[in-house]
Amino acid sequence: MMAADETAMDPVLSVRNLSLEFVTRRGVLRALNEISFDIARGEVLGVVGESGAGKSLTGTAIIGLIDKPGRLSGGEIWLKGQRIDNIGHDGLRKIRGRRIGMIFQDPLTSLNPLFRVGDQIAETILTHMPVSKAEARARALALLTEVGIPAPENRIDAYPHEFSGGMRQRVVIALALAAEPDLIIADEPTTALDVSVQAQIITLLKRLCRTRGTSVMLITHDMGVIAETADRVAVMYAGRIVEIGPVADVIRHPKHPYASGLMGAIPALGAKVQRLTQISGAMPRLNAIPPGCAFRPRCMQAIGKCAEAVPPLVRVGATSARCWLHEEQDERSAAHG
Amino acid sequence: MAEPVLRVENIRRLFDVSKPWLERVVAREKPQFLRAVDEVSFEIRPGETFALVGESGSGKSTVAKMVVGLLPPSSGSVHFSASMGGGKVRPGAIQMIFQDPYASLNPRWRIRDIIAEPMAALNHPADPAARAARVADLLTLVGLSPLDGEKYPHQFSGGQRQRVAIARALSSEPQFLVCDEPTSALDVSVQAQILNLMRDLQERLGLTYLFISHNLAVVRHMAHRIGVMYLGRLVEVQETEALFAAPRHPYTRLLIDAVPDLEQIGRDRIPVQGEVPSPINPPSGCTFHPRCPLATEICTREVPAFDGSVACHVAQDTMMAGQAMP
Repeated sequence: MMAADETAMDPVLSVRNLSLEFVTRRGVLRALNEISFDIARGEVLGVVGESGAGKSLTGTAIIGLIDKPGRLSGGEIWLKGQRIDNIGHDGLRKIRGRRIGMIFQDPLTSLNPLFRVGDQIAETILTHMPVSKAEARARALALLTEVGIPAPENRIDAYPHEFSGGMRQRVVIALALAAEPDLIIADEPTTALDVSVQAQIITLLKRLCRTRGTSVMLITHDMGVIAETADRVAVMYAGRIVEIGPVADVIRHPKHPYASGLMGAIPALGAKVQRLTQISGAMPRLNAIPPGCAFRPRCMQAIGKCAEAVPPLVRVGATSARCWLHEEQDERSAAHG
Repeated sequence: MAEPVLRVENIRRLFDVSKPWLERVVAREKPQFLRAVDEVSFEIRPGETFALVGESGSGKSTVAKMVVGLLPPSSGSVHFSASMGGGKVRPGAIQMIFQDPYASLNPRWRIRDIIAEPMAALNHPADPAARAARVADLLTLVGLSPLDGEKYPHQFSGGQRQRVAIARALSSEPQFLVCDEPTSALDVSVQAQILNLMRDLQERLGLTYLFISHNLAVVRHMAHRIGVMYLGRLVEVQETEALFAAPRHPYTRLLIDAVPDLEQIGRDRIPVQGEVPSPINPPSGCTFHPRCPLATEICTREVPAFDGSVACHVAQDTMMAGQAMP
């Protein structure tokens, strides 16, 4: 897995060979398989994939919110040099909110409807930082101002239902930033919002993380959002990372057949194409993942080797892809050279 | 030019959102109405895809429901051309494809019964054997196997279910299909399959589509003409290429500019502020004026008239039309 990442020298988050299983009556289902990636300080890593690819599970596994019957079956998670996948419930409580902030899809369910938004933010600050109540409230007000809530001194004592969807998501961002975390995991932060509001929230998130040097793991199914926001992107398929690399390279010159099919399948605003690229079939369910490369049954370029073994993640140009085709090419070019 | 298949004239739809009668009388409040759709007019030509786009609450789905007759308009009229039966449309000539293929198929019916249902309801063809043959043809047409007719909906993925929904819609030999967010519940690779299928079917069967979506990129790919809706009103109608090349209404520009695009890697932008206001108590004059960067004094007072392509006080100035996007 060396090729997973060589760019980050001193990563904020480092995930190594992470695997996650669900134990069911009909057998063990592997939802995540040998996931490895790093996120550097101030970097935005996009995680993209179709529903069921495992992108949200990766996020929840990092903050240790996997419920039974799910369990981590292997791998390590390191946060700034500290291993966090084996520190238990109490250890994780000190990390969640303080060092890793979360932003979820639906802002209405991530805020408590019975408490004023200012109190919710102040509570997070008081839990994690040694400050007085008055100081916490002042910081909450500053945060609300920073995320662009109009007239924050009046809105700090409002309840979540008094805010619109976009404003609520701003409050959630303020909450995630409250304890000045090293990393924010944003799981579909704009999916529930209209496009014009989505543009506001993306711009806000980008600006805040840039000025504070906060790293972001941005989980979304929308490749357009990734293109505008992320520095690097990981494409997931059936529980594995199939390609990871700088965002411009993955979008313009994807190396994995799934990633390139995905790029062609997205209707673009810029140029009108007569026909969208079609990937036949659908992603396999967890209980029916084929042996070898999971994408093989849908792949137009599949070769004999694909059915035999899972390809390793190998470096191809600027990105890394999990595909036998590139291994073949490497060997060929090596033979010629 | 051919006679339009559908002509919608000044349709309006109000919903009563008042408090219960007794509460209202005690509090001496007037009844309250939500204007979901207000004075919307458009035409759809045969063989064309006309799309309605807008954000949530813009009234696009309400228009779709009024077109198919699931909801009567509060005022205004919906006309179909003589080729579809004119005043009394041939039964089965209009069909609908819904957003969520997990909700639109009866889980206890076999696929063949689901697809044959419109034929059974219309008793056309009357012969059950002919119906069964047609079910097999339809399954092949939408890219499934005739053997799939024996299965139940839960045995299919989302994309396959949407294919079944399309086959069902086609079984009564419609000329006109209303598609309400047909791919919004699907993943992109599957969305591409369904969009390609819908275009192929349009070419083969000469169908006319009313296509409802919030996704501008999808609409651009599918539609010949596009109507942009904002707070229940149609603010702009244009040929697709013209709309994207030179949007005239400021809201259309905002919408096009707000869509994250694969071409715009790492772009920084200044998004337009504000959100869609509540349709219960919309702003005066042009409902877009509080968010509009070009709003003038007249915009706050008068509702701009729709001139056939745009409803905007400012866009009337010819300088606007030619001006490219910043």
